[in-house]
Amino acid sequence: MLTGIQSAEEKGANLPPIPYGANAGQRIRVIESGQVSVNETLEQGPWIAQMERIQAAQDQSAFAELFAHFAPRVKAFLMKSGANDTLAEEIAQEVMATLWHKAHMFDPSRASVATWIFTIARNRKIDAFRKQRRPEPEDLTWGPEAEPDQEDVLALQQETDKLAQAMSELPEKQRELIERAYFGDLSHSEIADETGLPLGTIKSRIRLALERLRHAMK
Amino acid sequence: MEKIKHHLTDEILMAYSAGTLPEAFNLVVATHISLCDECRAAADSYDALGGAVLEDQEVVTISDGALKATLKLISEMPKDAIKTMHARKPGIFPAPLQDYVGGDADSVEWRSVGMGVKQAVLKTSKEASVRLLYIPAGVAMPDHSHKGKEMTLVLQGAFSDEDGRFARGDIEIADQELHHHPVAEEGEDCICLTATDAPLKFNSLIPRIAQPFLRI
Repeated sequence: MLTGIQSAEEKGANLPPIPYGANAGQRIRVIESGQVSVNETLEQGPWIAQMERIQAAQDQSAFAELFAHFAPRVKAFLMKSGANDTLAEEIAQEVMATLWHKAHMFDPSRASVATWIFTIARNRKIDAFRKQRRPEPEDLTWGPEAEPDQEDVLALQQETDKLAQAMSELPEKQRELIERAYFGDLSHSEIADETGLPLGTIKSRIRLALERLRHAMK
Repeated sequence: MEKIKHHLTDEILMAYSAGTLPEAFNLVVATHISLCDECRAAADSYDALGGAVLEDQEVVTISDGALKATLKLISEMPKDAIKTMHARKPGIFPAPLQDYVGGDADSVEWRSVGMGVKQAVLKTSKEASVRLLYIPAGVAMPDHSHKGKEMTLVLQGAFSDEDGRFARGDIEIADQELHHHPVAEEGEDCICLTATDAPLKFNSLIPRIAQPFLRI
């Protein structure tokens, strides 16, 4: 089986080669004048540099990197949610196309790139599977042109990291239950039925991570 | 604005994030989150959990040419298909509710249901239903209990029942166990947004006869 990276390199033959480790926290900041200042090594979250390259310069090679990583994951997520191979691939492509078109709306002080792509995939899934739209909360009144505060970005991305860490350290069976809730297999109360304990109790580490994250978002 | 005292549960927030709630409940949740920073942060944290689940997926094979096909899709996608902002009139209804009503409280097509109470059923998918209720100040809603789940969000005025006092932004979540008699507070007429996934069961005779006409 091809990994995401390999397959994208093969298909993206007309695009510049994809550097490995491009998301390692190194950041090239494009200043408004077009000047580039290199090596601003902020510990910002993964994939944010690629999002910024799409935002600033509609960079197709940055998109190819994101595609190689996320398209196979979005497809896997949709297949576990009940889509067949063809439909899952079709929706995954639409999700990635939406990422390109909405790139200007991505705000790293509000969400990680994985979280943001998850919300696009979730909404597209509701639309495709259930022929419904998903009412979204009213946007907060800060303008999209306001530059996110770097400290907020850091705090949010770090807490998101810790949440992912807590998730990966859960025993297999518990992690699977959370995943099934997101695939639409199980409701929160069914999870409680299956394990005999409410979600909050059995997954106190997740709960703690969620609470820190909420705090960082306020 | 008074501080919101009654919030969404983790169960509902997680289901909203996972996208497993019926449209009618999603509308009440989105409207509450528009008014409540605490639940907005909580909902965002459940989205982050969804992001962690996505990141954790074992990658599946994607077809040859998928990237190329997606770039083609991007170039063909009409720009105006990307909706960015809700157009919204100033008023008491947050944007997601205005989208369903087609405006603020003055745009609602109310239908009288007696005792000065009015309602307007909003169009959503059939798994659950959602309506706006207009209850004159001081008037009691019929005593009722539930077969399914019910969520009620206050948009104007306030009501009280066995569970406490509910004012603008507060949400009451009821299930089979709760028998309640909400009474609208004196002073201001009460407007609520209420969703249910089963018909309400009224406990006195007259509302039970009226039930098919109320469509609740």
